[in-house]
Amino acid sequence: MQIIKDKQIIDDSWSYVADDAELKDGDISVSLARWKKDKQQLLKSNGKIGVRIGPADSVEDIAADLKDIPLIELDFPAFADGRIFSHAWLLRGRYNYQGEIRATGHFMSDQVFYLSRVGVNAFSLEKTEDLPAALSTLNDFTVNYQKSIH
Amino acid sequence: MYQYNDNDQTLIEQRVAQFRRQTESFLKGEISDDQFRALRLMNGVYIQTHAPMLRIAGPYGLLNSKQFRKLAHIARTYDKNYCHFTTRQNVQFNWPQLEKIPDILEELASVQMHAIQTSGNCLRNTSSDHLAGVCIDEIEDPRPYCEIIRQWTTLHPEFAYLPRKFKIAVSGAKLDRAATQFHDIGLHLVNNDAGDIGFRVLVGGGLGRTPIIGQVIKPYLEKKHLLSYLEAILRIYNLFGRRDNKYKARIKILVKESGMEKFSELVEKEWLLIRDNLELDSDYITTVKAQFAPPAYETDAAQDTRFAQYQLENQAFATWVKYNTADHKVPGYRAVFLSLKAPDSPPGDMTDTQLDAVADLADLYSFGEIRSTHRQNLILADVKQADLFPLWQQLDTLKLATANIGTATDMICCPGLDFCSLANAGSIGIAKEINEALDDLDYIHDIGDIKINMSGCMNGCAHQSVGHIGILGVDKKGAEWYQLTLGGSSENEAAIGERLGPAVAKDQVTKAITTILDVYIKQRLDDESFLNMVKRVGINPFKEQVYANN
Repeated sequence: MQIIKDKQIIDDSWSYVADDAELKDGDISVSLARWKKDKQQLLKSNGKIGVRIGPADSVEDIAADLKDIPLIELDFPAFADGRIFSHAWLLRGRYNYQGEIRATGHFMSDQVFYLSRVGVNAFSLEKTEDLPAALSTLNDFTVNYQKSIH
Repeated sequence: MYQYNDNDQTLIEQRVAQFRRQTESFLKGEISDDQFRALRLMNGVYIQTHAPMLRIAGPYGLLNSKQFRKLAHIARTYDKNYCHFTTRQNVQFNWPQLEKIPDILEELASVQMHAIQTSGNCLRNTSSDHLAGVCIDEIEDPRPYCEIIRQWTTLHPEFAYLPRKFKIAVSGAKLDRAATQFHDIGLHLVNNDAGDIGFRVLVGGGLGRTPIIGQVIKPYLEKKHLLSYLEAILRIYNLFGRRDNKYKARIKILVKESGMEKFSELVEKEWLLIRDNLELDSDYITTVKAQFAPPAYETDAAQDTRFAQYQLENQAFATWVKYNTADHKVPGYRAVFLSLKAPDSPPGDMTDTQLDAVADLADLYSFGEIRSTHRQNLILADVKQADLFPLWQQLDTLKLATANIGTATDMICCPGLDFCSLANAGSIGIAKEINEALDDLDYIHDIGDIKINMSGCMNGCAHQSVGHIGILGVDKKGAEWYQLTLGGSSENEAAIGERLGPAVAKDQVTKAITTILDVYIKQRLDDESFLNMVKRVGINPFKEQVYANN
């Protein structure tokens, strides 16, 4: 499957493992709850581990583990749930997270620009055919009144 | 007033291009109604009863003659020759075609105007005192801080999808003319004990379904911390405000449900972590302040003697001066209200001809600037007293000189059922009927200072809950009924009006209002104002008369 990462459309091999599914090989992401429960086991797996955070989760809960997590997925249950934007800002601005922050779930191409300005650097859109248009929105504005965070 | 630099101009032009693309995607069926709804609202476009409605920002109420001429042009070209001024100092067009809105926005951008964040669940246009910079009771001019906030809120990436809309108002005077106690955040410029000027910060005020008076969260905030403190409040609200029920999603509910102590602890903790990185640079404040430097006032304006003479000779002029002008900090100048409440026109509406004519008058008499007020009138803020008589004559011809500012016929009124898809009941028709019943200007002047606010539904766009008399349209089994409240106020001693009794039928509203006014005339003490009398006697004397036949 293709995603946008660091302003490019690339092939991606991460997959999300639901809480009730068995862990599998390769690079996988799991929910915050599963990460907390199975952290030791997950750290021993052969692939890389990412953690998926929803709007109602607290970023603070995972702050201490960020060094072990190369991918944080911020998952939109609905595009209007703006908590995701603050989660991204906190990850970069407060906890100095250096890994990949990827938007997933139900969000719009037209949110990609704002998300990029609060530190999201990868975007997994619902429809891959929207990727080129979404990528082009990153150039919508050349000036801003606020500092962006990367 | 603030003039855009290249960056400001680029940003609004790029926003037009972005909205054009979004509109085209929607018209081609590439994005859903629901998605486009969020995108269009963030750019001031509602879908209303008859047509889309476009709300254009009047940044803290400040406009110039060039912008007025552009509004006139838009009214002629894209609408039905008029526009509407709102209670948050914005301008609305009621009849544009959706596919033409990007063109309208492009026209607006050419005169430094836009519709960014005039609706939607985002940071809205900042409003302020309509007499900022000229009033005699000012601590400091709030406009530079409004502009700083305007820039900070514009396209803020983190706070574009808030739980609900978010409104900020700033006042710099002793008398609060900006209703700061009824905004999500109210900022009041104040002196501290050391004599420095900073902000008193209020949070959690609001009107609408659940009117609540804002509470002080920070009695004194240094100016350099303005944006960090706003950001702290917004981040806490964005993370913890309710998203499960849109009627409980405003920050006022979060403050109420968490309790002020808990809420302010969260904000303080957040603020301490960010404030050092977000300090306002003093050079930046100075640069913005320079844009609001006083115009070139004439030093001998007070020497004029004709003004006094005209008042002696012409009673109608003297009355207009009394009601429709305000004291100015510079001797020999006055601020002039243009009443958009002529008896036979819908409150707050202006025609293209009036817009053009006012632009000319602003150029001639008031340094080319025009302000809009939150009671839906206009102001020419800097008029020499010698010019008042010719100005009055011209305003009179334009039907903009009704001497009713601050009186019973200076009603705030929403568009109501005639235009708005949210409304339960009509409001413009009732306003017209009340106006016809109160057609004697002497009687109106005898009643004096009174604020009547009327909304066609409980969303409360016309701030009925803080009207001295509030009128609220409700739907009862498909019929239009009206609930009355007395004793509300949005000024310093803020109060929410008390319900008079059961709602009255549409054909009884005007009678109820005239009855209330008669009770006041009969029972007031000396020069007691309506609001003071309500405070003294309560609602019962009014209630007895209004419901006497039931």
